[in-house]
Amino acid sequence: MAELRLKSSRFRAEREADWFRLEAMLARVEKRSASALTDDELIAMPVLYRSALSSLSVARATSLDQNLIDYLEGLSTRAYFFVYGTRTTVLQRVGRFFARDWPEAAQACWRETLICWALMLIGVATAYVLVQQNPAWFNAFVPGGLAQGRGPEASAAALRATLFDKGHGHWLSAFAAFLFSHNAQVALFAFALGFAFGIPSALLEIMNGCGLGAFLAIFISHGLGVDAGGWLLIHGVTELTATVLAGAAGMRIGWSLAFPGERTRLDAAAAEGRKAATLMAGVLVMLLCAGMLEGIGRQMIQVTWIRYTIAAATGVIWTVYLYAPRRRPSVMEAARG
Amino acid sequence: MAKAPASPRALPAGPVARERELVTPEGVDLKIKLAEASERAAAFLLDAAIIVGGMTALTILIFILMIGTKGRGAEPIAVVWLLGGFVARNLYFILFELTPRAATPGKRMLGLRVAARGGGRLTADAIFGRNAMRELEVFLPLSFLVANGRDVDAILSLLGVIWCAIFVFFPLFNRDRLRVGDVVAGTWVVKAPRPRLLRDMAIRQEPDAERFAFSTAQLDAYGVKELHVLEDVLRRYDPVMLAAVAGRIRTKIGWAPNPTEGDGDFLDAYYRALRGRLEGRLLFGRRRRDKHDVG
Repeated sequence: MAELRLKSSRFRAEREADWFRLEAMLARVEKRSASALTDDELIAMPVLYRSALSSLSVARATSLDQNLIDYLEGLSTRAYFFVYGTRTTVLQRVGRFFARDWPEAAQACWRETLICWALMLIGVATAYVLVQQNPAWFNAFVPGGLAQGRGPEASAAALRATLFDKGHGHWLSAFAAFLFSHNAQVALFAFALGFAFGIPSALLEIMNGCGLGAFLAIFISHGLGVDAGGWLLIHGVTELTATVLAGAAGMRIGWSLAFPGERTRLDAAAAEGRKAATLMAGVLVMLLCAGMLEGIGRQMIQVTWIRYTIAAATGVIWTVYLYAPRRRPSVMEAARG
Repeated sequence: MAKAPASPRALPAGPVARERELVTPEGVDLKIKLAEASERAAAFLLDAAIIVGGMTALTILIFILMIGTKGRGAEPIAVVWLLGGFVARNLYFILFELTPRAATPGKRMLGLRVAARGGGRLTADAIFGRNAMRELEVFLPLSFLVANGRDVDAILSLLGVIWCAIFVFFPLFNRDRLRVGDVVAGTWVVKAPRPRLLRDMAIRQEPDAERFAFSTAQLDAYGVKELHVLEDVLRRYDPVMLAAVAGRIRTKIGWAPNPTEGDGDFLDAYYRALRGRLEGRLLFGRRRRDKHDVG
């Protein structure tokens, strides 16, 4: 039998079993989740973690076995991330997001949201007035690809046809998918570009409003205002709210970078960035709804007043869901994080 | 007081430069190491390869099904590429980083994980934030390179390339190798090695090794740094290297070799004796850094 002559060897031999037990438990946890452990193991985990940590301190002070110290550092770090990390499952996190995090983030960014709505309305008004006075402005606001023949030179009948177009036939789901990924990318840019002090986000909001104003001007001048409103708003309520929220999220980051207050710039960006990111996740969900309303709902529903009803319903649902005051979470729930 | 010259040999520059303090609530510094930019780029390329591979496989699968349904599968293929490209690249990163190991398969292969800066909890919104920023950092440059060409003039392209380059190379210009997404989400990427606990080299294998008796002067020839090198050599146990190292040590400590002793046995015994000596002094609060450290 091998003889343990050094203190550090005896130290290691006495504690090895605990380390291996902790390592085996961590391997199981990392493969699945905390539910892979029995109740006894769950109770034993913090104890084993602390004993591994104390072993690490002792080993650093008394042992010169490099491999032992590397091993204990790795083991302690893994256990640390488990013991002090979030232990909720992916499903629980998603549930919490819909129940609380998303509306809270939207409410926290109310000031930026109002600014973005205002910017967009300014865009709408500007483009509307300009196109009313001189239809040639239309081409400046709307890229040719998006206009799809709805330009100022089109006749009223042709414009009307675009509003009640059964169009894309059985390719509706592909169309909806295209709309979603296009809009989602634009929204993500509005958010990500907020990094440049929020200026590009503001410009994107104004541009978005300009396009809308130009369209409205064309349709209203042909006496199709009401029908065009239904055509736009059935998905537009959801989509416009989503783009506004995306811009607000970007602005939030830009604002915290420009004016970090008493925090360091990096800390401020991190804190606000997380809030803005939650809001962005919600925006993507909204855009998915908008894409389906636009790609499928609008092609199936050809009656203007039903379109308006749906638009109003979505407006009410989003407002209530995002901004209605709700019960404060109890201390226990908040602590669970 | 003796001058303490900053000897470059005493401070290994590479690994320590990315070492960061992470003090647990129990008061122990875990000394985590940050991932190098190269490792992170490699992890990202692996992930990108997995995503593209998965989508290609899905397309082929739909193609095969399409043959069965006589051409009605064209729409699913369009949906897969329109929606799949976007959803896959975003959900893939987010869902994998939400798991307890907080790493995508690419990061796992390279032994990396995402962690909150400052050691707090890694929350879902942080993971979402760092991945939403990826649109700006990777896919804007990509779409710029692809869509660019005829209708844009050279100055504008150049400005675009500069703009994109700022984001792509952002991690190289800060100490912590943060990309923009990490800045915004308050995260960083750390090394999460899973070293195995190997044999304790100080435990004797053969009981007859008692013939090596070193004097104190012979054991005072080296310090901790040399001990760790010796540990590496012994763990590898490469005969050529053993012979070379044994020769150097014998000369240095003036050891008269016994013709029957093997190089491995000699080094094994010397390692054990040296570690005993250095650990003994360590208990009295004296850590001898390396062989130049006399005091």
